[in-house]
Amino acid sequence: MTVSIVRFGGSNCDRDAERALTHLGIDAEIVWHEDGLPDDATGVVLPGGFSYGDYLRAGAMAARSPIMTEVRDAAADGVPVLGVCNGAQVGCESGLTEGAFTTNESARFQCEHVSLRVERDDTPWTAHYDEGEVIEVPIAHGEGRYEIDDDRLAELEDDGRVLFRYCDEHGETSPDANPNGSKHNVAGVLGDRESVAVLMPHPERATLPDIGPTDGQGILRGFESEETGV
Amino acid sequence: MTAYTATVTVRLKRGVLDPEAETTKQALERLGFELEDLRSADRFEVDLEADSADGARERADEMAERLLANPTIHDYDVEVAER
Repeated sequence: MTVSIVRFGGSNCDRDAERALTHLGIDAEIVWHEDGLPDDATGVVLPGGFSYGDYLRAGAMAARSPIMTEVRDAAADGVPVLGVCNGAQVGCESGLTEGAFTTNESARFQCEHVSLRVERDDTPWTAHYDEGEVIEVPIAHGEGRYEIDDDRLAELEDDGRVLFRYCDEHGETSPDANPNGSKHNVAGVLGDRESVAVLMPHPERATLPDIGPTDGQGILRGFESEETGV
Repeated sequence: MTAYTATVTVRLKRGVLDPEAETTKQALERLGFELEDLRSADRFEVDLEADSADGARERADEMAERLLANPTIHDYDVEVAER
């Protein structure tokens, strides 16, 4: 009953994720990608960082490493998978989720707290929030602009697969509240299953009370639904 | 088997914002150059051996599809030459 946090060369939010999950009472362990995914993994975190130095494109190399075949198989079996920041880029590059996270509109690395509007409250990752609730979670990325074909984005929106959007403090998804130029302010999306999600903001950096806001806890608690059968 | 070089050029699809190219364009303008637009692309030169130019192209195509390009945001083309 342990969530596996997949460490690639260049991952750097793996320990943060482990501490945050442990703080919430969720068993978690870091797994080196070459060692493969444990058979009994009850969840998978693809953590933030700069896997493979962001060579070619952020997430491109890690997405094609052998462990990602195991992660995709586990996801297809219903194991919850959460990709954060570089993990979100890996998720999209590996086909777990649709779209691509690419260079910020500003062409700069951006590290700041942002507001997110919760688009649905009936998924494992958002069940602890209300639909339309505004939460504060930090971002830290240079390549977080969500890109996808307009028609395909409309289909994802119709299917309710947009999980979070960048917004202002009132929940308005204005261009000014969009830190990176993401299409339709998209900050996080679901995969084919609701048990698979990726987002650029860092819930694990908004979980421990000692370091600031704790709005990210609810996202990580998505792993509890599997563990407890809630 | 013949030795070929397959040149794979990967560029953003038309309409996809390219902030790095825009920044580069602005830097050129600051240097006093006049230009209308600037696009950037990645070029990969792949040395390989194949039975035919078509065979080399097919393999390079698959390389682009599976890794070198991201079909969500990129177009690519492949040119093959004997080396």
